[in-house]
Amino acid sequence: MRNLIRFLSKNSFIFLFIFLLFISFVLLVQNNNYQNSKVFNSSNFLIGNLYSTVNNVNDYFNLKEVNAELAEQNARLQTTQISTFSKIYGTTVQIRDTTYAQKYIYTSAKAINNSTNQRENYITLDKGSLNGIKSGMGVVSPKGVIGTVKNVSENFCSVMSVLHEKNAVSAKIKKSGYIGSLVWELGNYRVAQLKDIPNHVKLNMGDTIITSGYSSVYPEGVAIGVVKHFDLLEGNNFFNITIEFLVDYKKLSHVFIIKSLMKEEQEELEELNDVE
Amino acid sequence: MIISVTKYGIMFILLILFQGLILNNIGFGGYVVPFLYVFFILVLPFETPNWMVLLLGFVLGIFVDSFTSTLGMHTSATVFMAFCRAYLLKLVEPRGGYEFNSKPNVQLMGVTWYLLYASILVFLHHIFLFYIESFKLTQFFYTFGRALSSTFFTMILILIVQLFDYKSTSKS
Repeated sequence: MRNLIRFLSKNSFIFLFIFLLFISFVLLVQNNNYQNSKVFNSSNFLIGNLYSTVNNVNDYFNLKEVNAELAEQNARLQTTQISTFSKIYGTTVQIRDTTYAQKYIYTSAKAINNSTNQRENYITLDKGSLNGIKSGMGVVSPKGVIGTVKNVSENFCSVMSVLHEKNAVSAKIKKSGYIGSLVWELGNYRVAQLKDIPNHVKLNMGDTIITSGYSSVYPEGVAIGVVKHFDLLEGNNFFNITIEFLVDYKKLSHVFIIKSLMKEEQEELEELNDVE
Repeated sequence: MIISVTKYGIMFILLILFQGLILNNIGFGGYVVPFLYVFFILVLPFETPNWMVLLLGFVLGIFVDSFTSTLGMHTSATVFMAFCRAYLLKLVEPRGGYEFNSKPNVQLMGVTWYLLYASILVFLHHIFLFYIESFKLTQFFYTFGRALSSTFFTMILILIVQLFDYKSTSKS
């Protein structure tokens, strides 16, 4: 204790200095808006970082509960899935909603025959005219676009795959919204060419390509693939884009056939333009 | 004793008024501002106890701050300067210590000594003040330049004030 007092009295000058400086800093921060905001902003920054670090650590301890919660939620969502309904009520799901007019009806189907190595590839599905399938309907899988229904029998239908030279899908770059046309060429079943994208569009590797919704065969926004490679030849107005499909066409099993309820209306309207 | 306290008291008030009413309005585009009031800390006699210098610096700073409504800015800078004064006086102490009744001015201590003493303290005060004012390091060299050039002008003013003092003492 005596040592402490001696220490304090010996350094009284420094302590007085620190005390006075402290008071003036308190005055400074309390009375000057600019310095005040600076001090409190930086302390907020520090405290905020501290909080987020603590939160990060806490998250690990909560992982178990979160997992349980998510699993429960997954189960709940699974019961509302289209595939679940189709098992109970048959194969067609129709949602009755008074706010939104339904535009598409999904019918689940299973691929029973499939080819990927031809010039014109077809997939056979186990749904036919008895299930209301008609020529021209779109087929998608949860991962992306599959093709368009071409011929229909009573119990089966054959689908013109995207891997078909004559099947061009109207595609859109998700980020910039530019519309191009997707064409597959014989060879690698994992990649295709995206045409008609003008050379001023900003492109990146890995940009997502989705359906445009223009053709009314597929709803807008169904995934197709990602940009794998692109280049621009001298004097060319359009990009040379190679995209990689998200769907592995060799592993198809469950797909959805899409019936567009407004397709005829749209086509009738557009035909009027041709008549004139 | 009483006479000298009165003299310093009057100087204290005059310096504050001069700073607050006149010098604060002089500025070369706000870049250079002379702060003559620190002359008060410089002019205190050698015998003044260090704690008294600190307290006087604190009070002086509060008064100057109240003119510019920047409470704490000049206060902290002046307290800092008063703190440095104690150590600087030890550092630049002539051989054999300060003579009794000697005061830190040009006449008694010589031009070289005074310039060293005053410019170091004024510069420390100004650099502290300008960095507290800007309160960031992003414009480091700009602030440094302001402190340096303001130090220059403050020193000129201090030397002018010294000149008045010189005449009066040489006459008497």
